[in-house]
Amino acid sequence: MSTPVSDQTASPLIFESGQDGRANRYFSRGKQLSEFLPREALREDLPIPDNSEMDVVRHFTRLSQRTFGIDVGFYPLGSCTMKYNPRVNDAMASLPALRDLHPYTPDAFAQGALRIMWELERSLCSLFGMAAFSLNPAAGAHAELAALLIAKAYFKSRGETRRDKVIVPDTAHGTNPASAAMCGFKVISLKSDKRGRVSVDELKKHLGADTAVCMMTNPNTLGLFEDHVHEITRAVHEAGGLCYYDGANANALMGNARPGDMGFDLMHLNLHKTFTIPHGGGGAGAGPLGVVKQLVDFLPTPYVRKKNDSFVLDFDVPKSIGPMRSFWSNFAHIVRALAYIYANGAEGLTKVSQLAVLNANYLRVKIREFLETPYDETCRHEFVASAQELKKATAVRALDIAKALLDRGYMAPTIYFPLIVPECLMIEPTETESKETLDAFVDALRDIVETAKRDPEQILAAPVTTVVGRLDETRAARQPDLRWYPSP
Amino acid sequence: MYTPHTERDIAQMLQAVGVDSLDALLRVPDAVKLRERLDVVPALPETEIVRRFEELARMNAGASCVSFLGAGSYRHYAPPAITALAMRGEFLTAYTPYQAEVSQGYLQAIYEWQTYICLLTGMDIANASVYDGATALAEAAIMAINANGRQKILVSRAVHPNYRAVLKTYCDGLDVAIEELPIAEDGTTDLRELARLAASKEYACVALQSPNFFGVIDTPGAAEQAASKASGTVLVAVVAEALSLGALQAPSQWGAEIVAGEAQSFGVPMAYGGPYVGFIASTKEHLRRIPGRLAGKTVDSNGKEGYVLTLQAREQHIRRERATSNICTNQAHCALIATMYLALVGKTGLRDVAAANLERTRELAEAVDAIDGCSLHFTAPHFNEIVVCVHQPAKHALAKLEQRGILGGVDLGRYYPEYANCILMAATEMTTTQDIQLLTKALHEVVHVHARV
Repeated sequence: MSTPVSDQTASPLIFESGQDGRANRYFSRGKQLSEFLPREALREDLPIPDNSEMDVVRHFTRLSQRTFGIDVGFYPLGSCTMKYNPRVNDAMASLPALRDLHPYTPDAFAQGALRIMWELERSLCSLFGMAAFSLNPAAGAHAELAALLIAKAYFKSRGETRRDKVIVPDTAHGTNPASAAMCGFKVISLKSDKRGRVSVDELKKHLGADTAVCMMTNPNTLGLFEDHVHEITRAVHEAGGLCYYDGANANALMGNARPGDMGFDLMHLNLHKTFTIPHGGGGAGAGPLGVVKQLVDFLPTPYVRKKNDSFVLDFDVPKSIGPMRSFWSNFAHIVRALAYIYANGAEGLTKVSQLAVLNANYLRVKIREFLETPYDETCRHEFVASAQELKKATAVRALDIAKALLDRGYMAPTIYFPLIVPECLMIEPTETESKETLDAFVDALRDIVETAKRDPEQILAAPVTTVVGRLDETRAARQPDLRWYPSP
Repeated sequence: MYTPHTERDIAQMLQAVGVDSLDALLRVPDAVKLRERLDVVPALPETEIVRRFEELARMNAGASCVSFLGAGSYRHYAPPAITALAMRGEFLTAYTPYQAEVSQGYLQAIYEWQTYICLLTGMDIANASVYDGATALAEAAIMAINANGRQKILVSRAVHPNYRAVLKTYCDGLDVAIEELPIAEDGTTDLRELARLAASKEYACVALQSPNFFGVIDTPGAAEQAASKASGTVLVAVVAEALSLGALQAPSQWGAEIVAGEAQSFGVPMAYGGPYVGFIASTKEHLRRIPGRLAGKTVDSNGKEGYVLTLQAREQHIRRERATSNICTNQAHCALIATMYLALVGKTGLRDVAAANLERTRELAEAVDAIDGCSLHFTAPHFNEIVVCVHQPAKHALAKLEQRGILGGVDLGRYYPEYANCILMAATEMTTTQDIQLLTKALHEVVHVHARV
């Protein structure tokens, strides 16, 4: 076992510090709650601590030092598009007249905000070949759900209520089948062919009068372009179904090819991937939902409309599936995404995806020198490597490689996904990384593989430089400890 | 463009890959080739981007108006320490903490957030967040449906109309029917039918909001709690103004099994509607049904304490179509902000700010009620919102207030035709006596002019 490293950034739980009488003075004092409300409406106790501002600042500063973000180092997490988050975007989202605007502000008093939403919507329509986008959904999975609700409502409006099957390739993100289940659809998992792609023949076996939607990611999660995409969407349409484009991998084609031209009817984007919104440790994101013309009337409400020279939030859309959330959009993120598009323009965005693909292919050809790359052809924004052979030879698995990368100052790639590749490492460098960074990463990965062959124990013990070693996940799940309790 | 590549880099990398151009890397079949010229906003240098957004921001006259808007989004004070901490790049630019060893700080913060939500609601467990209050209600309803397998739900009409609308969107997908409980004269939910309806054992849950959409404290009595419990109908508490939890009884004290809420008030900017932060808390019986991420405490290989994402077998990336929800990305950073807020204000600050909200709202209520032509519509005790009847269509009165630079509140006629003469007004610790004077002066003119006509 490794020795624990010194851990100067540790900070006890906020509940284990603080003292009564140590409160910060943010608000005026004096009034008792019982002056305003009957006693039976009031709570008896509130067992949360009073801490000095300095102690709180120190606590969270330390917690930040125990957290790895893009700002700390290279973050090649496949399918997550962890690119640089420009600071000007945050500054724009923090302009007081954008940050402090109430969602019920009358349209005439919120023209700037509405124009921002409209400009983003129009730009996304052109970039991805859709007739309209709803900025309502809060994240990619939320948009998938909205899209499937739209499909359900659309088929219902046509009296086609027997369409209850959603086809999902086995390389798809887990949210696809989970979203389908939330609308009562039955999920058909489609086996990928030898080339790692959807097989048109296999697909056709499942198409029929019960087909509702076929959900696809293109490039798929192996980083491969679905080169039969046109035949796929045509076949689905011939069967009367709709095609959904999961835009998690849109960074691979933005400005170079459009889901609309490929025959997709609905799609989402993850603004927290392709459009540089900070992921914030798991959100908030934003998941604009695009549709073709015949589905526009079904989009969630409200929809931003331009009337002459002004903008309105339109809530009166009779066929709409209804709202997906409390208020109109994750607006602060709409601001960030639009600022990013302004920084690039059409030409810049086209270059962005080209360089993202270049970076991925550069890593692929370097890494295949020492790890197998099961689908060895030109990839798009990401690719998969496998530690299967290494595991057979040394017992070192993808998980161990991931942990050894943490020791070397890198975030680990996505591992064990897609599920069809054993000991999978899914690597997405993004376009904001320099050649030097990529070269250094390749050296680190090569060193791990070479060390594994020479002295596997060293890699199996990783990580040893992090503030904790490998954590006991089984114990966490078997004896859930999900909160602190006050002492009785 | 934020890309560091020099021409030389590109040439070297293309050579390493073995292709002669970037275009060759992105080749697609002819049938799906891009044929249209892209029409997006023009590329600008950063100096111009700032100018452009400052110009757009100036078009939001509403941000500098005197405002009494609330209804699920509230203007509260946020100590500047929050921004200084939350905008640290380690937090801001992290992904979901899958690699626990390098995410201990964020995981601990999520564990602290879960604890704060439990302490405030009186529940046993809380998740790492959902999108917002409305989707929290929808997910809570799905938990109840999964718990007892029933296909109908009951909701009070005094629950936020947007929350009910989102609930309907979700329920349409699941073919679940929604029935509504009416509003009593004093502004609370009319619960007289609850016992009878619950006894049918047809309803998965009953959802009540307190303070409700009208700001009224709206909790069931002992008999209704007992009836809902005895019938296996899950009592879902909705909290749209989390700040009220600093003063009011925890929902556990009024029988809630699941609490669905919105924590925007804890330091998260109004930002024209998002991002906010929803939470779901529940009794431990619902642990395996709770949606989304959960952080848990465990030990590492040396026996040292640490945190991980846990019970992931509930989640979409493991369970796919059998997951408890499709949620993946949540609102972690907003939850982090709320955690920082609660750490900074503490119990003393939370009680003080709740008291300040009650005080300002009483001042507003008394001032408005004193105006000829205005009256308070509901009599039940309230938190930081009041319903004011202006005895003319509220939207007309509000338009006239807008002309005077005042956003007077939300027109209730928008959601409740029977209250079309009513305005929902909010006052918080940010509302000043001067704001209230400006409103009452303007309201006086507005209702007076109307009376004369």
